[in-house]
Amino acid sequence: MYLSIYDFSSFFQSIDNWLTSTFPEPIATIIVWILIGVSAIAFTALLGLSLVYAERKVAAWFQLRIGPNRVGFQGVLQTVADITKLIMKEPLTPGTSDKFLYNLAPFLMMLAPFIVIGALPYAEGLQVMDLNVGVFFVTAVSSIGVLGILISGYSSNNKYSLIGSMRSGAQVVSYELSAGLAIMVIVVMSGSLQFSEIIEAQRDGWWIFKGHLPVWIAFVVFIIAGTAETNRGPFDLAEAESELTAGFHTEYSGIKFAFFFLAEYVNLFIIVVLATTLFLGGWMPLHIGDWEAFNNIADIIPPIFWFLGKVSALIILIMWFKWTFPRLRIDQLLTLEWKYLLPISLVNIVLAAFIILMGWHF
Amino acid sequence: MEETIISPDGTQEYFINMGPQHPSTHGVLRLVLTLDGEIIEKVEPHLGYIHRSIEKMCEKDNYRQIIHLTDRMDYLSAHMNNHAVSLAIENALEVEIPDRAKYIRVIMDELTRISSHTLWWGVMGMDLGAITSFLYGFRDHEYITEIFEETCGARLTMNYNVPGGVMFDIHPNFVKHVKDFIADFKTKLPEYDTLLSGNVIFLERTKGIGILTKEDAISFGVTGPAGRASGFSNDVRKKEPYGIYDQLDFKEILYTDGDTYSRYKARIDEMWESIKIIEQLIDNIPEGDFQAKTRKVIKLPKGEFYQKVETARGELGVYIVSDGKMNPYRMKFRSPGFSNLSALDRMARGGKIADLVAIMSTLDLVVPDIDR
Repeated sequence: MYLSIYDFSSFFQSIDNWLTSTFPEPIATIIVWILIGVSAIAFTALLGLSLVYAERKVAAWFQLRIGPNRVGFQGVLQTVADITKLIMKEPLTPGTSDKFLYNLAPFLMMLAPFIVIGALPYAEGLQVMDLNVGVFFVTAVSSIGVLGILISGYSSNNKYSLIGSMRSGAQVVSYELSAGLAIMVIVVMSGSLQFSEIIEAQRDGWWIFKGHLPVWIAFVVFIIAGTAETNRGPFDLAEAESELTAGFHTEYSGIKFAFFFLAEYVNLFIIVVLATTLFLGGWMPLHIGDWEAFNNIADIIPPIFWFLGKVSALIILIMWFKWTFPRLRIDQLLTLEWKYLLPISLVNIVLAAFIILMGWHF
Repeated sequence: MEETIISPDGTQEYFINMGPQHPSTHGVLRLVLTLDGEIIEKVEPHLGYIHRSIEKMCEKDNYRQIIHLTDRMDYLSAHMNNHAVSLAIENALEVEIPDRAKYIRVIMDELTRISSHTLWWGVMGMDLGAITSFLYGFRDHEYITEIFEETCGARLTMNYNVPGGVMFDIHPNFVKHVKDFIADFKTKLPEYDTLLSGNVIFLERTKGIGILTKEDAISFGVTGPAGRASGFSNDVRKKEPYGIYDQLDFKEILYTDGDTYSRYKARIDEMWESIKIIEQLIDNIPEGDFQAKTRKVIKLPKGEFYQKVETARGELGVYIVSDGKMNPYRMKFRSPGFSNLSALDRMARGGKIADLVAIMSTLDLVVPDIDR
């Protein structure tokens, strides 16, 4: 068994070979499922913990504060302590709520991110399934999340929750349109819906560099729409704390609240990974024309670090939005989508198709 | 309970209790909102959750004790409240207070105004969803609070005024620290504009929102920066100068739009004016006594006495009815917050919930001031 940090496929192939040769076919498949499931849960939990910590540190930098620095080195265990507290708290169910739906909603919230993280490419060979309709699958499945928000607002039997979830429903459904159209530009450029092929198409240059105007527009639109889709500031109307106390999760406590909290961060991660993969070349290193020395050094850095670096940069960008911008109003939010982003995206996709047709891209 | 109104198409109005425990009511204020979806049809403030009967308590306290109570009304303008009561008592007693005390009082008043406005600015940003501004506002608020702590011994409810002057002389470092603060704050105030005033989303959220006409401002008695943003010239410091405001060079900030943005700008500009006032005074504090001699037990002559001052929120009136005893027969405060709140319904109707929050934060409500 040989583990290379540059290409994980041989490592996972050898595990698969060993499993299939040791166990009969059905049992081997079940073991693979269990392994994948456990690592997905572990990865999500780790992701949630580190992103919450990152958010608190980034917020502190913007706000003249130090941030968490007591539990563990530089406060890295602070989120672990917080999550432990949330797990130990009593999960209250309000007496007047619709109990089945109320308890279902947090799981629906977590369901979509759990499925989606399997379809995303992290490095060469580090991907659960490389579907031939990967992009389509991710956008389709991630829409399930809004069901969780709508159900939680409806079943809580709380007026603030209802307003929050209705806002969120309108917002997520609207912004999915322009996010989808922005993704379409890259699909048109790459000629494929498969993540591995989209990344392969960027071997000689990321789409953001060689895609000209349509890709730049699509990138900006996608970042805006993605931020809105994850209900993060300045688009956090669903949980606008100064207006609706906590919006759709007002009535949730303990571990159920932690699910909503975690889902927000995993969704943020998914959006950022999509942006990285589609526009910034995924795990592809940065290559500049014929600078041989630079390109060689870039190749030495393992792809997984390129990937994490790009993802971190985008995450900090989106956190930057949240901690500097005021919140939009609901009608301004919908105006922005339906009157500006959507028409721009529609024109943009035609423009992209035209450029492909004329062969003007690199 | 109010009757549920069912309109002809069978839909009901949506009632929401905003408060008494709510993040943006800044205290125990309860608003009953009647909504049509997100659009506000009626706002009804319900008061009384923090009523401490301060006016009644004044009737059994002597005049020196009353000043302590006024700290607890509008705690962000504590010094101005004290100033108002002290002036009312001094005018009734016809005591001439030393110049040094007058200067110190006005400097303190303006520092209080700046500290109140910085806190307002931070909270305003937070209400609109920009949480970062809260910590920037508190940074400058903290600086002033430390200056207060050094001289007065307290940080928020200073209780520094006494009838006849101020309680102690200023701390030896006071002048230096105030100068340091002014120099520092002049670089910090432009940051406020960078972070919030110029932001596109902020402008969208505030311009043309919650318009209060000049006529409405006058008839509701909306004073302070909120009233002046509607073009209602009501600065007590200009109209009926007290202290040494008549010798100072400063502008009354007037805007005519009367929207949320004008109220915002009026307060930002007021901070610049306060800086100007402090700069004129801080180098020329005259030597001499900081307190005029008054009797230990103060008895006001029979009669009625009224004094108003300009606090950070507007016009605070102190009305004392004395029957010649050592405590007042009746004491009445005309608090700016109460009158300003009364105009909320007029401004918020037809707007969204998010607009209501923005309007409320530019009225700069302090609930203990409304309820007393």
